[in-house]
Amino acid sequence: MKNSLSRLGAIVRKEVRQLRRDRLTFGMVVGLPIIQMLLFGYAINTDVRNLKTAFADEADTHLSREFIANLKQSQVADVRYRSSSPAELEELLRQGRISIGVHIPRDFDRRIVDRERAAVHLLVDGSDPTILSVANQLRSMPVGFDSTPPAADSVGAVEVRPYYNPERRTPVNIVPGLMGIILTMTMMLFTAVAIVRERERGNLELLINTPVSSAELMIGKVIPYILIGMLQLALILGVGDLLFNVPVRGSIVDLYLAASLFIAANLALGLLISTLASTQFQAMQMTVFILLPSILLSGFMFPFDGMPRFAQLLGELLPTTHFIRLTRGIMLREAGIVELYPAVIALAAFAAVALTLAASRFSKRLD
Amino acid sequence: MSEPCAIEARALSKHFGSLVAVDKLDLDVPRGRIYGFLGPNGCGKSTTIRMLCGLLTPTSGRATVLGIEVPGDAAALKARIGYMTQKFSLFGDMTNYENLQFIAEIYSYPRADRERRINELLERYDLADRRKQLAGTMSGGQKQRLALACAVLHKPDLLLLDEPTSAVDPQSRRDFWAKLFELAEAGTTILVSTHYMDEAERCHRLAILDRGVKVADGTPQELKENTGMHVVEVLADDPFAAQKLVDTVPGVVSVTQLGIRLRVLIPDSIEDPVERVAARLKQGNLAASATLSAAGLEDVFVAVTLKPERVAA
Repeated sequence: MKNSLSRLGAIVRKEVRQLRRDRLTFGMVVGLPIIQMLLFGYAINTDVRNLKTAFADEADTHLSREFIANLKQSQVADVRYRSSSPAELEELLRQGRISIGVHIPRDFDRRIVDRERAAVHLLVDGSDPTILSVANQLRSMPVGFDSTPPAADSVGAVEVRPYYNPERRTPVNIVPGLMGIILTMTMMLFTAVAIVRERERGNLELLINTPVSSAELMIGKVIPYILIGMLQLALILGVGDLLFNVPVRGSIVDLYLAASLFIAANLALGLLISTLASTQFQAMQMTVFILLPSILLSGFMFPFDGMPRFAQLLGELLPTTHFIRLTRGIMLREAGIVELYPAVIALAAFAAVALTLAASRFSKRLD
Repeated sequence: MSEPCAIEARALSKHFGSLVAVDKLDLDVPRGRIYGFLGPNGCGKSTTIRMLCGLLTPTSGRATVLGIEVPGDAAALKARIGYMTQKFSLFGDMTNYENLQFIAEIYSYPRADRERRINELLERYDLADRRKQLAGTMSGGQKQRLALACAVLHKPDLLLLDEPTSAVDPQSRRDFWAKLFELAEAGTTILVSTHYMDEAERCHRLAILDRGVKVADGTPQELKENTGMHVVEVLADDPFAAQKLVDTVPGVVSVTQLGIRLRVLIPDSIEDPVERVAARLKQGNLAASATLSAAGLEDVFVAVTLKPERVAA
């Protein structure tokens, strides 16, 4: 037992020593989270604002003018032009000079009252689905639109109130999810590559002839990466707070507990990959194979509820999906880890299964 | 230390599916000797070594290594075996000192003596002034010395070397063997696989493997004396033409060209080997001479790995 611990220590020290010398990997540990945060935080913006808008107000009544004023205030629409007819709006739209055209028919006031026909027509550039969805938000603008009840005293009676991210800032939504993506990428890739590299270089052939057991080897190689994962987490939270003012409303302990489980799941997955891949290149390919659906299907990029049933099923199989539920819950909704138990159970189960599979494959002898 | 042999194998076999990698191998490796495994690539050398150190489970047969049944208590065995791989397998991004330190740690070498032992090895294997050099930046010969130092750090009773000198120049190879003799002298049993004749020549004893079967076993001297073949050496101006000609002499089982020389093997049941060859050369009007020669290890190797149909003919 004592010898086993000292062997484990030897492997951890060796791993850390090699990692320190491997400038590129070391740089990735720190650089990757920061660059991704900046990229996702600044460049990706799913709440579209300032859509170029023109309107044609054929009614020109008190109510219609108020509607336009309201629209301008929403910041979603950047009202640039005033047109005289719907035809002119269509032309602007076609030319790409506007994304939304607002047409207020002559009988606007009456339409609001009898609600038989839409009071306002939105001409939307549907070629970009994001714009379309934003424009859909405008439908809920207070003006007796479709089924929207027209409050008697009209404009401003119904308002859109987004919860948890009232300013609709993307980073608030992105950072908790990004933690999942960054940890998936680095944990899985680093572990897989670290082991496959040893196999490629022949180190493993040497090690299996020494008293080092496969369990000692596996655990010893994984420990430094657990620490790296924790470091990255702190880094992401720090940058998130500093640059994007992303809050951690819930308990930071809960967050680290969730992250530990998630890191364990990813390391186990990395180990599993390392037993399947025979070259570093293969290991990288397999990582991408898991990473891509983790980005697309986990709810990080697209709202999970909006995905087709089949994609949701696939998403449920990814640890990132469950981790993102945990981080968003803890960081934004102030939920406790216990309340979010389904995701915790899923992550734990995932880690256990992957680790068992990896260990059984890893300890296999050469034949 | 009471067992007579360091390694004893009886009818050891290993099959990979339908492929028979090692076929009923009997082996007796005496203690404190350098024992060579000679054979072409894929003859079962590595498979045998892996079975002996417990990495592969034999399909059938049994083996005892240092008195321990394999596969059995692999951990106990590994602590007494040193293993040096064909390819450099230490950590290129660590210094020589760090590599030795790592090996000392995983073999649980007594902490108090560690520093002294590492320095002793750096000294003995001429690496003292390269203590802080990254292992990956050294030459082939230096890497090999480091590998040997690491393999013997924990003072193993048995050293297994899998084609240790394949990436090394002749001078380094000579130095390397000098170190091996030192170790054998100090009581270490060494099993070394090789496909170099000059290395095989240096072993105390030798087994020649061919397609998983042991085809010869003995000291290099014994093997050379018992080939069962006459060796006729032909010196020719046009060795290529001479080879074609000699190949048709009745009784000749093998002709190997070495520069302008031909080594011709003829079973020793044939009385007049030189005359036969000379007559054929004369017939063909080639300027060449034929003389009887003593068998070298290369001839032994060719003789024992001959395809059976050729011998029968």
